[in-house]
Amino acid sequence: MAKKIGSKTKTPMPCQEARPRARNFSEVALGYSVEMAVAEANRCIECKNRPCIAGCPVEIDIPGFIKAVAENRFVDAAHILKSKNSLPAICGRVCPQEEQCEKVCTLGVKFEPVGVGRVERFVADWARENLADETPQKQPPNGKRVAVVGSGPAGLTVAGDLIQMGYQVTIFEALHKAGGVLVYGIPEFRLPKSIVQNEIDYLLHMGVELQTNVVIGKSLTLDELLSEEGFDAVFIGTGAGLPSFMKIPGINLIGVYSANEYLTRSNLMKAYRFPEYDTPLIRAKNVAVVGGGNTAMDSVRTALRLGADHAYLIYRRSRNEMPARHEEIEHAEEEGVQFHLLTNPVEIFGNERGGVRGMRCQRMELGEPDDSGRRRPVPVPGSEFEVEVDTVVMAVGQGANPVLTSTAPNLKTNKWGNIVADPETCATSIPGVFAGGDIVSGGATVILAMGAGRKAARSIHAYLSDPERSSQTEIQEAVMQG
Amino acid sequence: MHRIVRKNQLAADVVQLEVEAPLIARKRRAGQFVIVHLNEEAERIPLTIADSDPARGTLTLIIQGVGKSTKQLNRLQAGDVIRDILGPLGKPTHIQPNSQVVCIGGGIGAAVVYPIVRAFRESSSQVISIIGARTKSLLILEDEIRALSEQTIVTTDDGSYGMSGFVTDALKRILSNGKVVDEVIAIGPVPMMRAVCKVTREAGVKTVVSLNPIMVDGTGMCGGCRVMVGGKMQFVCVDGPEFDGHEVDFDELTARLKSYTQFEKESLERYENLCGVHCGLPA
Ligand SMILES: Cc1cc2nc3c(=O)[nH]c(=O)nc-3n(C[C@H](O)[C@H](O)[C@H](O)COP(=O)(O)OP(=O)(O)OC[C@H]3O[C@@H](n4cnc5c(N)ncnc54)[C@H](O)[C@@H]3O)c2cc1C
Ligand code: FES
Repeated sequence: MAKKIGSKTKTPMPCQEARPRARNFSEVALGYSVEMAVAEANRCIECKNRPCIAGCPVEIDIPGFIKAVAENRFVDAAHILKSKNSLPAICGRVCPQEEQCEKVCTLGVKFEPVGVGRVERFVADWARENLADETPQKQPPNGKRVAVVGSGPAGLTVAGDLIQMGYQVTIFEALHKAGGVLVYGIPEFRLPKSIVQNEIDYLLHMGVELQTNVVIGKSLTLDELLSEEGFDAVFIGTGAGLPSFMKIPGINLIGVYSANEYLTRSNLMKAYRFPEYDTPLIRAKNVAVVGGGNTAMDSVRTALRLGADHAYLIYRRSRNEMPARHEEIEHAEEEGVQFHLLTNPVEIFGNERGGVRGMRCQRMELGEPDDSGRRRPVPVPGSEFEVEVDTVVMAVGQGANPVLTSTAPNLKTNKWGNIVADPETCATSIPGVFAGGDIVSGGATVILAMGAGRKAARSIHAYLSDPERSSQTEIQEAVMQG
Repeated sequence: MHRIVRKNQLAADVVQLEVEAPLIARKRRAGQFVIVHLNEEAERIPLTIADSDPARGTLTLIIQGVGKSTKQLNRLQAGDVIRDILGPLGKPTHIQPNSQVVCIGGGIGAAVVYPIVRAFRESSSQVISIIGARTKSLLILEDEIRALSEQTIVTTDDGSYGMSGFVTDALKRILSNGKVVDEVIAIGPVPMMRAVCKVTREAGVKTVVSLNPIMVDGTGMCGGCRVMVGGKMQFVCVDGPEFDGHEVDFDELTARLKSYTQFEKESLERYENLCGVHCGLPA
C-alpha cells in the first residue's frame, strides 16, 4: 500500500552561506539532522514498483533503507546501504542522483523526488559517528594474492570485497596518497578528505596492503606482477587521467592549466595553504574555466576560493547539456560564478612575461544532434569577443593514460586507449587480468567505478576458485573478438 | 620512507645523496628520473637518477640548492628520511652501441650526463665529454666522467680552470677538427642547450637534450610539464625527458620555467627566516 504524499518539495539541505563559503574550503553542504532525515525519508510513498532500485547502478535497496530511516532504525539502514555500496558517505555526496535513482522516483513524476542522496549521506555519516568500525566476518585466508592497480573508487571496492573473501590484497598507487580522483580531483568543499581517508583506513584495518609511489608500467610492469611478484590475479583501475588541451593559440602560456593540474595542486598538494605547504598555484584575479562537467565546476569554484575577483565558466553548449551535477551548478551560481554559455574560446593572449592577458571567445548556437545525442554547438559568424583573464583552466575531458597499457602489449585497448573488458565480468584479453572504472568506460562516475569494482571482485573470485579456469577462456575469446 | 645512507658535498650548494629505494635501484636505466616528495608539506620535484646500486638498494641523487625544496633536501643528513620517491620515470636514453658521441653537461647537468656517459661506454661507444661550469668551485663529477670518456674537456666561464669559455666553444673546436660525431647529448641550463643546438644544427649533427620543466605527478596525468617538440605537444615526464633538441620550442620552455618565480622567492625567504640560513638542520 502506497503511503500518503507529504511535502511536495525536498527537505532543504542546510548549507554554508554562499558568500563566506565561496572563500573557504570547508564543506558546502552540512548534512541533514536526524529530524530532517526522518522527515525526508517519510516523503517516500512506498510505491509498489520501486523504480529507484533499477535506477541505481549498484541496485541499492533504496526503499528498504529509506523506510528504516523513516522508522528511526538507523543501524538497519546502514546495513542495507553497506551491503550494496561500500562507499556510501562518498556516493551520498557526489553521485548524480538526478540522473539515477531520483530521476525515476515515482513521487518525482508530480513533485520533487525523495532526496535519496541526502538521506544516504545522512545514514553513512551517522554510521561513521555512531557505530564502532564493525569488522565484517572475513573468510579464512585462502592463500591467493591479488594485485589492485590504482586506488580510486574502483580499486578500493575490489580490495574491500576481496579481502573479505579471504584473499591477500595489495593496492599499488602511483601517487603518494590513496583515493584517486576522490583525493586529487574532487575538492575538500565537496568531499572532505577525512571521509576518503576513513574508508582507506578501514581497508588497511581489514588487512589490505597499500603501496603508494608505485606506478605500474614503470616501477613494475603488469607482466612482473603476474610472474616475479607472484600475484594470482590483477585488477586494473587506473582511471582516466590524461588531460585534454584545446588546440588554440596560447595554450602553453603561464597560467593555462589542465583541470587535473589545477585541482591536483590545490587538493592533493594543498596549494591553497601556501606558504605553509610548498606547492604554489597562481592566485589570479580573473579566471576562466572551460568546460561544463563536474571537473569544470570544481575548478571554477576552487578559483573563487583561491581569491579570484571574477570566475567565469565558459561552456560551448547550453545549460541543459551541462554534464555536471545539478546541485554543483546551482552552488556555483550562488557563489558568484559567472556563466558564459554557448561560448567557446578561440585564442588565449599572452603578456610580455609569457603570462595570460586575455582570451578571445566566440558565441555558439546549437545545431543538429551529434554522436552523443546532444545538439552540436556551431559557431556564430562574427560573434567574437574578448574577456580579460589571467588564468585559464581547461576542463574539456579526459583521455586514457597510457603509462600502464603502453608497456602491456597483450592487453587489448580500443581506439581511444581504453582497456577492453567484458562488461559482465571485467575480464580483459589477458587471463587473470581484470579491469574496471574510468580506464575501461572513459571518464564516468564514482558509482559506476564502484559497481565495476564489485563485479570484478566477484569474477576474480570465480576465476580463482575454478581450477580449470574454464569460464575464463570463453570470455577471453569474446573480449578478443569484441 | 627512504633513508639517506650517505651524503657528500660536491661543490658549494651541490650535494650528493645516496638514498634507499630498492625497487627503483633495480629498475632504473640511464636518463630516467624520480619524483621526490620530502614530507607532507613539500612540493613534488623531479630529480635525475645519477647512479644506483642494486645490491645496496640505493639511488644517488645530485641536488643543487636553488629554491626552498632543493635547499631543504641539501640540508638532510645521513640517517634522515625522505617521505616519497616515485620512479623510475621517463624513457631511458636511447643508447646506440658502437657510436661516437659527444656528451655535454653544463653545471648540475653533469650529474644527468654522467649515467649516460657510462651507458654509452658500456655499449662500446666512444665518448668525448665536455663539462662546463661558471667557475672551478662549481665543477662536479670531473674525475668520474674523465674515467669513462675517451677525451674530456672542462670549460669554465671565468677561465678559473680548464678551457676558458663556454661548452659550445669546446664543441665547435671538436666539430671543426673534422671528428666524426654521430650524436651530441647536451644537458644543462636551457640557454646552454639552446646554444648547443644552434651549433649542431649548423653542423648537421643530431642532438639530444634532456628537459627539466616544472612537474607535479610525473605520470602524464596533469600536463604541467608540457613542451612543444616539432609542433606537437609532449609531456616531458612520460614522452621524455629526452628530445631532439632541434625540434624543441625553447622559448616556451624558458617562459614556463618562470611560472612561479614570485612564489619561489616567498617560499625561500620564509624558509630561511624560519630555519636561519646557517642552522644546518633539516627544517
Ligand atoms: C574533478 C572531478 C570531479 C568529479 N566529480 C564527480 C562527481 O561529483 N560525481 C561522480 O560520480 N563522479 C565524479 N567524477 C568522476 C569520478 O571521480 C571518476 O569517474 C572515478 O573516480 C573513477 O574511478 P576509478 O577508480 O576508475 O579511477 P580514479 O579515481 O581515476 O583512480 C585511479 C587511480 O589509479 C592511479 N593510477 C593510474 N595509473 C596508475 C599506474 N599505472 N600505476 C599505479 N596507479 C595508477 C591514479 O593515480 C589514481 O589514484 C569527477 C572526476 C573529476 C576529475
Ligand atoms: S608532470 Fe604531470 S603530466 Fe608530466
